[in-house]
Amino acid sequence: MLATDTLTLGYDGPNILDQLSITLPAGQITALIGPNGCGKSTLLRGLARLIKPKHGAVVLDGHDVQRIPTRQLATQLGILPQNPVAPEGLTVRELVAQGRYPHQRWFQQWSAADEQAVRSALEITNMVELADRAVDALSGGQRQRAWIAMTLAQETDIILLDEPTTFLDLAHQVEVLQLLEQLNRQSGRTIVMVVHDLNHATRHADHVIALRAGVVQAAGSPREVITPSLLRAVFGIEAEVIPDPRSGVPLCIPYGLCAAEPTDTLYADAVGSRA
Amino acid sequence: MAVTLAQSTSQPKPKRRAAAALAIGLLLATGLLLVIMTLSINFGAADVAPSTVWAALFNYDPTSTQHLIIRTLRMPRVLVAAIVGAILALAGAIMQGLTRNPLADAGLLGIESGAALGVVLAITFFEIKTLNLYSIFAFAGAAVTAVLVYSLGSLGRGGPTPLKLTLAGAMITAFCSSFTSAILILNQQTLDEVRLWLAGTVAGRDLGLIAASLPYVGVGMVLALSLGRSLTAMALGEDVARGLGQRTGWVKVIAAIAVVLLAGSAVALAGPIGFLGLLVPHIMRFIVGIDYRWLLPYCIIGGALLLVVADIIGRVVVRPMEIPVGVVTALLGGPMFIYLVRWRVQR
Repeated sequence: MLATDTLTLGYDGPNILDQLSITLPAGQITALIGPNGCGKSTLLRGLARLIKPKHGAVVLDGHDVQRIPTRQLATQLGILPQNPVAPEGLTVRELVAQGRYPHQRWFQQWSAADEQAVRSALEITNMVELADRAVDALSGGQRQRAWIAMTLAQETDIILLDEPTTFLDLAHQVEVLQLLEQLNRQSGRTIVMVVHDLNHATRHADHVIALRAGVVQAAGSPREVITPSLLRAVFGIEAEVIPDPRSGVPLCIPYGLCAAEPTDTLYADAVGSRA
Repeated sequence: MAVTLAQSTSQPKPKRRAAAALAIGLLLATGLLLVIMTLSINFGAADVAPSTVWAALFNYDPTSTQHLIIRTLRMPRVLVAAIVGAILALAGAIMQGLTRNPLADAGLLGIESGAALGVVLAITFFEIKTLNLYSIFAFAGAAVTAVLVYSLGSLGRGGPTPLKLTLAGAMITAFCSSFTSAILILNQQTLDEVRLWLAGTVAGRDLGLIAASLPYVGVGMVLALSLGRSLTAMALGEDVARGLGQRTGWVKVIAAIAVVLLAGSAVALAGPIGFLGLLVPHIMRFIVGIDYRWLLPYCIIGGALLLVVADIIGRVVVRPMEIPVGVVTALLGGPMFIYLVRWRVQR
């Protein structure tokens, strides 16, 4: 199980997250939501030990991740950063094979287990036919599936994704989110994703954590978290929340900005352009 | 199910076949390099029969003038060309992979000019004449400029972008070159000693110099080749590489040491030779793809091949005069640079 304990994160300026203690339920899909600059991407990077905590710790199964050898951690936890760029000419298969990095040693040849992991990652993401195509020649949705396949080949129980649907059209957004849901339901993987679209969060996540200015405003099931009062507090919007006609999960329809926008949002936007 | 089975038996094959093809390609390229090096030895102002060349190499007679020419002029020359070409291409490939910058090259990023300034300072102020000590000044100059260019290029938003790094490199090159010129103008005697060397030349070296450089070249190459797998992962971006369990800090330190050793040795041996480190990795990437475990050895052979050929061209075009090989590589590299800037650099 992944959790943070009084985690304080920041770059050069003021802290972006201060003394944050949260738990990311194992075997569930967690969505991190919040306005730009609220610290959700910073939190994700911190969870993946891409930023060293100024205080506190990220805890995986009772161990501080900073104390776990980085290669070993990479067999337990994978991260897909926002909008990754593959070098020109790299094929999908070569990209996916890179996911095996933490499982290999320099003296080891490519093993049968490596081959099996790459093949199954390509099959799950439906990329077998595109395996020998260059990643930079694919459409946005295919490219994102290729990167997810790389993360799958890493065979980690936990997968962190930073805005996996950004820059994708509607069909590709649905495709990627359904793929993540399938991974979670079929192999019990823990998935943590930063999402901008609240309805994606409610529709696909089991657990939602709403952040504003580095502080958790609410955490729980979509039904508990997505309420008009929370949307006012976190995003400064007036919105109607109705049950989704098919699934019954909350559906958010924004109508306008609140009369008095929370001042902290402006502050958060000013300190960091990092969402 | 039948489909899956068919795929599972047919899929691993292309990978192995590709590896075999790459290995054979590397062997063939090495063979070609040896042939061209032999041609280069056979070729020169004095006519020496191939049989005499053979005898000079394997049955050396110190009293024969022709043997002497082969042993003291032509052999060192082709060896220097091969070594310098190999290590400059290797350094260029590492820098391009590490900074994800298609314009990275020890010449363009100012590292060669820094090493050259180090050597000129050594000759002028410390009256140093041996390559061992030259090298130390070349390494120091290379290290200082590498750190300066990287720090300057990392200032401001977005970190070390290709554009900023290249501009910082141009600035440092201008600074080091002016400083070098100033020293040379004030010291006529030093000028004569280093004028040809500063244009980048593989002529006039002896086997002793080559032997003295081998430890540095060897260590630099071993460090560089050990980075193959890491560089491939780094090419996906630093966050991805770290997510895959890469210790990126160590990779950068080892790569920096390798680049300083390789570029510094190259400058100590042959003076600053531009564009080769830019040119060769791009050509090799086109042939081999982006797996650095293969790309790096291919760059070694490809760089050696290109510089040996460039040296032959420099000796042919204005016979009986010679164009320094650094001028030839610049003539070849200029158009390539324009092509890269035009088509391959984002922002």
